Amino acid sequence: MRRPHAPHATTAKPSTSPPARRRRGAWARRAPLLPALLFMIVVTQLPFVGTLVISFMRWNALDPNDRGWAGFQNYKAEFTDPQLRHSLTTTVTLTATVVLVSLLLGLGLALLLDRKFIGRGAVRTMLITPFLVVPVASALLWKHALYNATYGLFNGTLTWLWSLFGSDSAPQPDWLSVAPLMSVEASLIWQWTPFMMLILLAGLQSRPTDIIEAARVDGAGSWHIFRYLTFPHLRRYLELAALLGTIYVVQNFDAVFTLTSGGLGTANLPYTVYTTFYQAHDYGQASAEGVIVVALSIIVATFALRTVSSLFKEEIR
Amino acid sequence: MAVTVPTASRFHGTSAARAAGKRTRRNSTLLGLLAWLCGIVFFLPFAWMVLTSLHSEQDAATNPPSLGAALTLDGYREFFGSGTGVSPWPPLENSLTASLTSTLLVLLLAIPAAYALSIKPVRKWTDVMFFFLSTKMLPAVAGLLPVYLIAKNIGMLDNIWLLVLLYTSMNLPIAVWMMRSFLADVPVAILEAAAIDGAGLPTVLVRIVAPVVAPGIAATALISFIFSWNELLFARVLTGVVAGTAPVFLTSFVTSQGLFLAKVCAAAVCISLPVLAAGFAAQDKLVQGLSLGAVK
Repeated sequence: MRRPHAPHATTAKPSTSPPARRRRGAWARRAPLLPALLFMIVVTQLPFVGTLVISFMRWNALDPNDRGWAGFQNYKAEFTDPQLRHSLTTTVTLTATVVLVSLLLGLGLALLLDRKFIGRGAVRTMLITPFLVVPVASALLWKHALYNATYGLFNGTLTWLWSLFGSDSAPQPDWLSVAPLMSVEASLIWQWTPFMMLILLAGLQSRPTDIIEAARVDGAGSWHIFRYLTFPHLRRYLELAALLGTIYVVQNFDAVFTLTSGGLGTANLPYTVYTTFYQAHDYGQASAEGVIVVALSIIVATFALRTVSSLFKEEIR
Repeated sequence: MAVTVPTASRFHGTSAARAAGKRTRRNSTLLGLLAWLCGIVFFLPFAWMVLTSLHSEQDAATNPPSLGAALTLDGYREFFGSGTGVSPWPPLENSLTASLTSTLLVLLLAIPAAYALSIKPVRKWTDVMFFFLSTKMLPAVAGLLPVYLIAKNIGMLDNIWLLVLLYTSMNLPIAVWMMRSFLADVPVAILEAAAIDGAGLPTVLVRIVAPVVAPGIAATALISFIFSWNELLFARVLTGVVAGTAPVFLTSFVTSQGLFLAKVCAAAVCISLPVLAAGFAAQDKLVQGLSLGAVK
């Protein structure tokens, strides 16, 4: 499946050619890469330099006359502000919960879907659906059609269940205020489980079947086959799914914005930056928050990139 | 019949095997049912959204839910502006423009880049790959403010082309990773052999490269389209009445007064429809795209 790279691929042309030609050859190799590289640097890296500069400024759009250098004031305000520290822990809790739970559910579903049964294609399609609903639409669905305390489906179902037993005093919790963070997490788990399932299912289906067949013939039980053959093979796919899930869930904005508007302790870092910038118009402060988010991401990313490079080790030689 | 009477030991063997077979068959029926149950549980919220969108506002907001209420297209009529006169077509067109154009740009930039990272790789090409990936790990929100200020100064706020640029940068890293993994499958030895045999570039592209790379391009385009279509944060901050996209339009329903559940559900269904259609049509491509081409 994966082709080992030809040895000539990474070395320059034979040393017999003059240096000028070799340099031209190197540039010919680089040329197709440059547009994409330049584009990324200009559109993603330069704005960040701007963020860095503004983070050291006193700049609130509502008070345009009071603009100047502020030194580390914005950062000091950030670290003494309990709200930012809280949004930091919220981000970690939210991401870890969503990624872990959907990974486990996704693993279970992938194992179920890996067997033959009637209507497997239909079940697979049903399971993928949550991932294909536009995130804002999904957040609105959960907020108004499911969680709503008076007419949401959850409380409606409770009323119906209780009425089956002749009771009209079914509990009617206001889900979003009783358990705000869990409500956000549940809607995100609904969206991300299919994603995890798809990657793990692809992993399961790429297992070498002959080895498993041989193990079964030798009398290995289902659990042992899973523990010693399937799971080691699946580990790479679990890591990949967790990593990609983390990249996307850390940056989640839509669900927090729509479901709770960051209230009741659900504001994560992206949402906090958004409010400081878009509602408080405190540009300096928002930039400092952005820089902190990036600093934290770099820590996570360094770790994550190491995982990725081990994942793609087979390809990258 | 006497001929088929088995020996005692063989008889025992087959009956045990038959019992075991029955047990596994029962187990697999149960597991199949469990899979169906899970599928239905995950599908239920979506089915509820579709059903609610087809109810009248009064029937949509009952407790307990009225499952068998009369169906109506009023919610969809409302979404298309029958009551308010606000047409959803401009935001839908904006979304389409932003998604399709940025997808096209992504492909135009990513394919040559992937070529330079796989078939004739530049030196230290792994570093370049990780640079692309690292831009994906930095939260987009960190660059939002400067982008906003620059756009404001050059009069690009509320302009769909600004979103096109940003969505291109958002999807380019994934696209480069994916296209590279597909181009790495192009048999270079065959390419060289064909060149020696005098095959022209068009022949090589059509006969050797295209079959390997075409599914990759489709997967990349699909992913790029879906992520652009779904994006909310940038669209919300950087656009207004003119260039607002479908997700921004959808959030405006939240502020509606009175009963609006059926209308919101109808809007959610309509706006998700392009993604649902694309995703159902190409489920496997979705996996390839989301795994940066690592899972084929």
